[in-house]
Amino acid sequence: MSAQRGVRNERFSLTLPLTLHPLTGLRNMAQEDTNVIDQPEVMKPRMVSIEISGKKYDVPEGITVIKALWYTGQEVVRGAGCLGGFCGACATYYRIKDDPKVRTCLACQMAVQDGMSFTIMPPFPARKATYDIQTLNDPKQDLFNLYPEAPLCRNCNACTEACPQKIDVREGVWKAVFGDFKSVSEMFMDCVMCGMCTPVCIADIAPNLVALYVSRAQGAHFTEKPLGLDVRIKEIQDGRFNDEWKKVLAMNEKDLAAHCATLK
Amino acid sequence: MDIHALQQIVHKTRDARRKQTIPKFSPADRDQLIHKYHPDYRASAYRPIRFGPNIDEKTVVELATLLEGDSLIQDDADLTPDYTTDVLVIGGGGAGCAAALHAHGAGAKVMLATKLRLGDSNSVMAQGGMQISVAPEDSPVTHFLDTLKGGHMHNDHDLLKTMVDDGPAIAKWLIELGVLFDRQADGNLHVKKGGGSSKPRLLTCSDYTGLEIMRVLKDEVLNQKIQLLEFCAAVELLSDENGQCSGAIFKDLDNHRYVVVAAKSVILATGGIGRLHIQGFPTSNHYGATGDGLCLSYRMGAKLAHIDTFQYHPSGAVFPEQLVGQLVTEGIRSEGGHLVNAKGERFVNELDTRDVVSSSIIRECEEGRGIRTMSGRVGVWLDTPLLDVEHGPGTVEKHFPAMLMQFDRFGIDISKDPVLIYPTLHYQNGGVKIDTNSETNVKNLFVAGEASGGLHGRNRLMGNSLLDLMVFGKRSGLTAAGRAGSMKQGKLTVKHLQRFRADAKKHGNLSNVISPMVLPAYTRKES
Repeated sequence: MSAQRGVRNERFSLTLPLTLHPLTGLRNMAQEDTNVIDQPEVMKPRMVSIEISGKKYDVPEGITVIKALWYTGQEVVRGAGCLGGFCGACATYYRIKDDPKVRTCLACQMAVQDGMSFTIMPPFPARKATYDIQTLNDPKQDLFNLYPEAPLCRNCNACTEACPQKIDVREGVWKAVFGDFKSVSEMFMDCVMCGMCTPVCIADIAPNLVALYVSRAQGAHFTEKPLGLDVRIKEIQDGRFNDEWKKVLAMNEKDLAAHCATLK
Repeated sequence: MDIHALQQIVHKTRDARRKQTIPKFSPADRDQLIHKYHPDYRASAYRPIRFGPNIDEKTVVELATLLEGDSLIQDDADLTPDYTTDVLVIGGGGAGCAAALHAHGAGAKVMLATKLRLGDSNSVMAQGGMQISVAPEDSPVTHFLDTLKGGHMHNDHDLLKTMVDDGPAIAKWLIELGVLFDRQADGNLHVKKGGGSSKPRLLTCSDYTGLEIMRVLKDEVLNQKIQLLEFCAAVELLSDENGQCSGAIFKDLDNHRYVVVAAKSVILATGGIGRLHIQGFPTSNHYGATGDGLCLSYRMGAKLAHIDTFQYHPSGAVFPEQLVGQLVTEGIRSEGGHLVNAKGERFVNELDTRDVVSSSIIRECEEGRGIRTMSGRVGVWLDTPLLDVEHGPGTVEKHFPAMLMQFDRFGIDISKDPVLIYPTLHYQNGGVKIDTNSETNVKNLFVAGEASGGLHGRNRLMGNSLLDLMVFGKRSGLTAAGRAGSMKQGKLTVKHLQRFRADAKKHGNLSNVISPMVLPAYTRKES
């Protein structure tokens, strides 16, 4: 996967002209201005051939995979979410020209290129254990009751290769099993829960769900309580700020504005 | 010109800029700048709403058209309920999850419906953090004053006081659920300073604060076995004979059937309007941010507040084209990142409020000091490599892993090269008017989160949205649940629609669209 990531940005610099936004049909009114310092020519996009779920289409080079779906006239309901690379709704399998390797990406974060072939991942019926995070007795032991398949990892590393967020998923599963919850919670902070690690697992582990349990247990049971927070909650309950509130809320608009202006 | 060649001026001027301090604008200069350059003051983008609770008040054309839009539901629709519940939550983002969890925790029967998946929202993308006054030198009062100042004194005082007072208890709740906030060496919560705030107050989970909170809340909704209705878009609310809210009608986006839900209370947590692309702006918002809750509430007779003001986040990506409109977190500026024009000059105090910084970027671009990309977009530089220079190598990687990865996918290393940014449509400052229990003027209709209005005044302060979601999600959930035991399920009618349609007819039925929009029309119709 990492070889794919070194693509130079020049490849994608030939993109959509300002006046023809194929996806929103909107002109970018906010940016109609005259810029005197630099006026490079606005270039027309080159079209590339791609395959979507096995069907051929021509689309402008460099648009994202999700935009290619819209460009080719497809309605998207499942398969789009935050459009910012955080929600994992648009998990996608893709292959680049003449390469047998099937890779994974988030469709909103990947540019199309000539000869690319892709399919959005359908929802996968992974099993999520349910638990009451606050009343766990022994969270490190409970892991084996909730996810008995977790220790059965056969080290194939397919999950790590499938992760579009470049998390070392396999390592995470092992660390979870060995009780190193802190490391797991740090490693999986990047996890967008796209679930692409799950269909590839030959031991039927859902690594992202295991990691979520582990991270929550780490937060709820193995992280120091912030004492200052309890102090502040008590201060509010005890009315420590009441006098200040009274003063502020009694001010007229002008005095309040003047008071606010003193804050730096 | 090649983008790398254009970047050189940022590298060349870095050392000189580091010695500079840019003062904040005086109130008079600030007002002048905003009036001249902020999109909220572009008169041609606005028009009065022709009828309804906010008749003759101005908002952007795109929203006015939808508010006046007609419903998909006919007056004689079959309203036999498919489901009956105490509390119906519409929206699966931060406010929706918080509302559902608290209502469920208080013993009510809860159903959560969302038009996409549980958790698909703007909340999941929140990077900057969550403002809560936990530091000893800080206080809820200071939080109140900072927010008021940022909102140009237009904030609803009651809502604002409620939010800042409830904040610390929200942090405690999230920590107990397992949210991993960044900590200081002594175990206390680490706080960062945000734009427009006088004290460090942002709680963070690196730059994944929203994602971390949402992973946990989603998981908790599933653990509590709260009944879900995913891929079901709310298309109309239901009212009883007294005009009080009594449920909603959904369209199942998988099989296109209608689903009728009878509920004692409805909590709308449907989020913002970025995907309306008002004034042609790109947006940082998620796919479903189409203002559905505003349309639904408006037809029921709920009054809206501050709907003429929107937040354009100063730093939306301009290059590469694939990332256009997506956020470059404000955290970069919080840690000292400079904004630099094509001449290599700073032009604003980077930690001023969002409206001021956005206006100044638009000014630079309109006066010809912007940088133009090959695709014809224009922006200014955000000097990201400066962070590694100031705070040591690896700072960008350690503090902004999400940002680094997002650009790395397109071969750009933001710790080495600056990024090009321009304001992006980010947040709806106003929304449906609510009281401190998050209820609207329509009884049993609650609105929480970005869809609600009044709290943020005319400009939301960074980090206040995540707290808003949690506080008013909680309050709406608890109030709705508390009421459920002592009330009967109201009748299911669409009488409010008859009233709305009569009103529309009187004013000429001018809108000619169906609302809510549900999803933006990005699919190309012809080749």
